[in-house]
Amino acid sequence: MTEGFLEGWLGGAVLTSTPIFYAALGETIVEKAGLINLGVEGTMLVGASVSFAVASATGSVPAGLVAGMVAGGLFNLLLGPLVIVWGANQLASGLALMFFGMGLSAFYGKPFVGSSLDGLSSFPIPWLSSLPFIGSILFNQDLLVYMMIPAAAAVWYLLSRTAWGLHLRAVGEDRLVAYAAGSRTGLLRHQALFLGGVLAGVAGAHLSLAIAHTWTEGLTAGRGFIAVSLVIFAAWSPLRILPGALLFGGTLALQIQLQARGAQVSPFLLDMLPYLVTLLVLVLLRNSSRGRMPEGLKEVFESSREGR
Amino acid sequence: MPEAQNRWFMGWGASIVSLVLSLASALVLFSVLLLTSGKNPLDTYASIFGSTLGNGFGFSEIFVKMIPLLFTALAVALPARLGLVNVGGEGQLQLGALAAAAAALAVGAGTPFWAGIPVTLVAGMIGGALWALVPALLRAKGWLNETISTLLLNYVAIRVVDYFVFGPLRDPSSSNVPQTTKFADGFLWPAFAGRIHIGIVFALAALLLFAVVINRTRWGYEIRAAGSNPLAALRHGLPVTAYILIILCAGGALAGLAGTGEIMAIQGRLRPGFSPSYGYLGFLIAWLAGHKPLRILFMGFLVALIATGGDSLQIDQGLPSSTVDILMALCLFMVLADAWRPDRLEVRVRSWLHRKNGAVS
Repeated sequence: MTEGFLEGWLGGAVLTSTPIFYAALGETIVEKAGLINLGVEGTMLVGASVSFAVASATGSVPAGLVAGMVAGGLFNLLLGPLVIVWGANQLASGLALMFFGMGLSAFYGKPFVGSSLDGLSSFPIPWLSSLPFIGSILFNQDLLVYMMIPAAAAVWYLLSRTAWGLHLRAVGEDRLVAYAAGSRTGLLRHQALFLGGVLAGVAGAHLSLAIAHTWTEGLTAGRGFIAVSLVIFAAWSPLRILPGALLFGGTLALQIQLQARGAQVSPFLLDMLPYLVTLLVLVLLRNSSRGRMPEGLKEVFESSREGR
Repeated sequence: MPEAQNRWFMGWGASIVSLVLSLASALVLFSVLLLTSGKNPLDTYASIFGSTLGNGFGFSEIFVKMIPLLFTALAVALPARLGLVNVGGEGQLQLGALAAAAAALAVGAGTPFWAGIPVTLVAGMIGGALWALVPALLRAKGWLNETISTLLLNYVAIRVVDYFVFGPLRDPSSSNVPQTTKFADGFLWPAFAGRIHIGIVFALAALLLFAVVINRTRWGYEIRAAGSNPLAALRHGLPVTAYILIILCAGGALAGLAGTGEIMAIQGRLRPGFSPSYGYLGFLIAWLAGHKPLRILFMGFLVALIATGGDSLQIDQGLPSSTVDILMALCLFMVLADAWRPDRLEVRVRSWLHRKNGAVS
């Protein structure tokens, strides 16, 4: 194992953590509003397929990205009538959303299977990218990678320092009190769903346009569920998502690097690693997220008690 | 608030009417997709109904699909009565199938069916239960919520099965297809009436057992009590931790039987990808049914009907398998929303009138 291995692995870690990061950032906004969307997987797939299709059709990567974001936001909004207006169970509705996203993206994405695209290429930052070692890891990536820290900061600011964020968090803690205090709870929750979907759309777009450079059915392979777990790991704080995403991205990238170098480890065992590491880290860091779950979410997990 | 004028208004009759209207609206939405792929929706629906409800073999196929779905739904409903959310049915199903396959291959040929079938049942239950044991322990210790752990382990389970099917359990004679050798006859679950197999007896027995234990025994009462108020249950000296372990593992065992039935009756050998998301569909059935036994039976039939209809979309209409997911999701959305319930409609009509006529109520 040489220095080239380490460089390749860490650079890959940063790249592969990006979609997980954006999806988890979006889910944080949704969960802060006291909602949980287990169907992020489906939203990511819709974002990935739409952005790839639009980018191939128009030849414009920005157009693809924007289309993926809009599609993700609108797709997430489907949960609104179900869980906000009609009060359907959120876990079941999220899984139904996942099926819908899997089906829609596979059905309408079929013509694009097998075609490839330059997509979102890396944008080396002048001077910094020529630094030894860290240059290629941190400063020879695509724009969405560079945007991770500003995006986390923006979401943190939005949630913690604006009136909108305060209202949203109030809704997530106690809907009735927020309503009594004059918040438009339904509207706020729909807005949170939309924003979360937009970010999941970014995640999907990065996956198809910057990582895979192609579209296949089920491209996300469980990354949406990893993103949902990451929100817990980050204790519902936008600022703690990046380290978590890097850890999980690092496991995924390690598997890719080892396979590329023909290491004598079963590929199936390597494939399990990201999920097992997620589980292990959640257990080890269990105390950091304790007591930070928005109160409104607890009601979702306890909803089985009354039947429906 | 509108008050229910009579019992029918809120009761079974209203539920059925609302359900039928929900499914009808899902079919209307789905016809948009059919139109975009150049199909006539009316012809397509006629053909689907003809090949499922209106055809002996198609009708029997609904029950074939219902068998694993009943098991995976029970795997969710039983823990749910204790307040546990088991999203790991898919993984438990996979490990149940793997354990049953390993047992059948290890015990070997020449086993009579009266020994072979119990071997598969026990192995399948152990496999599923062991896969649920990790989330159960984590939850019992208070370390990690079972929703996330069961979900993540689904992805691990699929790789575990892949590892064995591509590796130690692979049939050496099938060089290009990863699968185990065919199981000896003594282990195979016999079928009757088309492909409906003995699993339906096991599934209905499990459903009956669930209903009796939950509603008619002291134990079931304690489970429901611990589920609705864990603190009070603890103070009354109920062994809540032990219940968590037992019930979640029992759920895993039930899901394990779903996988066992699929490979022992339908496939005859273990190969990757034998389950079209039965675990997740079972989760949806259980939640739609409010974890109540009779409703699970009904919702299980309904989801199996939609899945069978979806198969005929593929086979007769040449549509890709993804359309089944879309049809299923639309039906689930509509049933989950339950927007056609008469009391809800009345609220909507009144609030619309309210807005239209100003503040006059």
